[in-house]
Amino acid sequence: MATKIFARPSARLKAEHLLEMFWLMLLSRRVDERAWALHRQGKIAFHISGMGHEGAQVGAAFAINRGVDYVHPYYRDLALVLALGITPTDFMMSLFGKKDEYSSKARQMPSHFGSKKLNIVSGSSPVATQVPQAAGLAFAIKYKQQAGLVNPDDSTQPRLALTCLGEGSTSQGEWHEGMNWAGVHQLPFICLVENNLYAISVPQEGQMAVSNVADRAAAYGVKGIWVDGNDVLAVYDAVYEAAQRAYRGEGPTLVEAKTYRVVPHSSDDDDRSYRSREEVEEWKKKDPILRFEKYLMDEGILTPERLDEYETRARAEVDRAQHAAEAAPYPAETDALDEVYAD
Amino acid sequence: MTVLTLIDAIKQAMDEELERDPRVFITGEDVGKRGGVFRATQGLYDKYGGTRIVDSPLAELSIVATGIGAALADLRPICEIQFADFIHPAFNQIVNEAAKMHYRSGGQWRVPLVIRAPYGGGISGALYHSQSVEAFFTHVPGLKVVIPSTPYDAKGLLKSAVRDPNPVLYFEPKKGYRAIKGEVPPGDYTVPIGPARVAREGRDLTAFAYGMMAHYTVLAAEQVAREDGLDVEVIDLRTLLPVDKTAILTSVQKTGKALIVHEDNLTMGYGAEVAAVLADDGFAYLDAPVRRLAGPDVPAVPFAHTMQEFFMPNPDKIAAAMRDLAEY
Repeated sequence: MATKIFARPSARLKAEHLLEMFWLMLLSRRVDERAWALHRQGKIAFHISGMGHEGAQVGAAFAINRGVDYVHPYYRDLALVLALGITPTDFMMSLFGKKDEYSSKARQMPSHFGSKKLNIVSGSSPVATQVPQAAGLAFAIKYKQQAGLVNPDDSTQPRLALTCLGEGSTSQGEWHEGMNWAGVHQLPFICLVENNLYAISVPQEGQMAVSNVADRAAAYGVKGIWVDGNDVLAVYDAVYEAAQRAYRGEGPTLVEAKTYRVVPHSSDDDDRSYRSREEVEEWKKKDPILRFEKYLMDEGILTPERLDEYETRARAEVDRAQHAAEAAPYPAETDALDEVYAD
Repeated sequence: MTVLTLIDAIKQAMDEELERDPRVFITGEDVGKRGGVFRATQGLYDKYGGTRIVDSPLAELSIVATGIGAALADLRPICEIQFADFIHPAFNQIVNEAAKMHYRSGGQWRVPLVIRAPYGGGISGALYHSQSVEAFFTHVPGLKVVIPSTPYDAKGLLKSAVRDPNPVLYFEPKKGYRAIKGEVPPGDYTVPIGPARVAREGRDLTAFAYGMMAHYTVLAAEQVAREDGLDVEVIDLRTLLPVDKTAILTSVQKTGKALIVHEDNLTMGYGAEVAAVLADDGFAYLDAPVRRLAGPDVPAVPFAHTMQEFFMPNPDKIAAAMRDLAEY
């Protein structure tokens, strides 16, 4: 076996961490697949999927201080939030809209993630609204450090804000304004653009005249890099470097993870109208989970037996989550009246 | 007691809140060294520095959005929108984000945010420096909307807004910034968000108003008292959302007649809600139709002074409306 060169931050990840990353990607995929099945069975009203994005999301999650740093995600970030501590049961409760569902008490559609406990900020459906808010979170981090309200080295406190969105959402003015704030104040801010080539049906060239969203970062005084978003470790490396820069007070980074959504935009979409089956099949061969599986097998970290064990465990967890959610009660009608205002 | 202008009372409130709580900061266009285009933050940059008095990029959406983010992180931002007319780019962030965050997160996340904006006409500001925008936001559950008309209330309500765990829109009648003066006690006090204020007690009819129009309505009430012997009760609504239904109903129960005055244009304006409250729960109290005196239904206040004067309610027009209603 050749001597390993630890040039990449991911090279320092221990086998147990690599396996945990793989497990979360696999678990997310199985939860996601079940959600599609539940929709086709008529059991749930809506699902919006992250299938194909798992590598980008889990790579990013492991590169920050999970559950402590602020994360302001978007609706495709199922694997990301599972990696931050949301459980399959939490997500199933959202799908079924059950009482005391974790993110919104079943007021929001599924996949509008949010958890105060895990510092995941609740999101909305209009795209890119989270980006200037994340700049505000990052501004608050810097403010508190400058005002002596927190110690900059205290890793029990959020030390960066990570926000995510698709490449289509970077057409929004909100994205521009958020990036601009992050640049003007050189904030501890990471914008992860999960570029899956389509804004629902409109391909990237219909959204922007540049090949890389990352190229736009320079215009804001933000460091911009793009990586293969289907390579979980490449994303980890890029976001890890971005996080270290943020922790050191060296400013914001835009990480563009180039990936692909291997399913329609949502349960209400039919992607056959705007892209060929051949294209989709080509991308399925580059699946981030298959790719990581092969890598881990080649490295002797993952074995066929362990993979079987993971599949069995994932199925059991998804079954358990679904049954728990189906058995849970719906909110009372008048729960609609609560929490309009904070006391 | 010290006599302060409206704007100095606002500044004093911010100064004292900055002093009291290190989480309070101010952001907006030209709020730093310039002290704001109306001087609401004059001197605060020198006193508190650029970390807490933060000049923003010239982009209202992100003034509000970064304020939301900072509020989510438990700071207490005061965001200044230079003119209420410029708040519309931030509408999505206010209505879809700040207003809904607590509800949409099942009570997990809160947005203790203040958005200050000077509003209103009569200052030759034409279409885009004169708007009254309150009705857009009083329709939105999750927001609170406050409009002071006296220096005392301006200081006390702004302090309450800063300490409120919800997003509060605090609109300032800019025509009254220096024209309206009043006694303001030094040091800390608050005026609660919610209750309206009886600005003048009376028996013959009730006139509801807020902001600059509350000031004018008191002047008009004094005029009709002098000239016509009419005894008008003036209710300064001062908090528009939540609606103080009790104050509206209690006064009209006594007087039996209601006039609502605002400079925002008539249709779907705040007066419609006051009228609806009276129709729903005060019908038996009324011995005259509910009347509204408001700006005409044109896009905004025109520039030429003739058209501006035509648009704006003033004490004479309000007095005429009072006489008219009293005669019914």
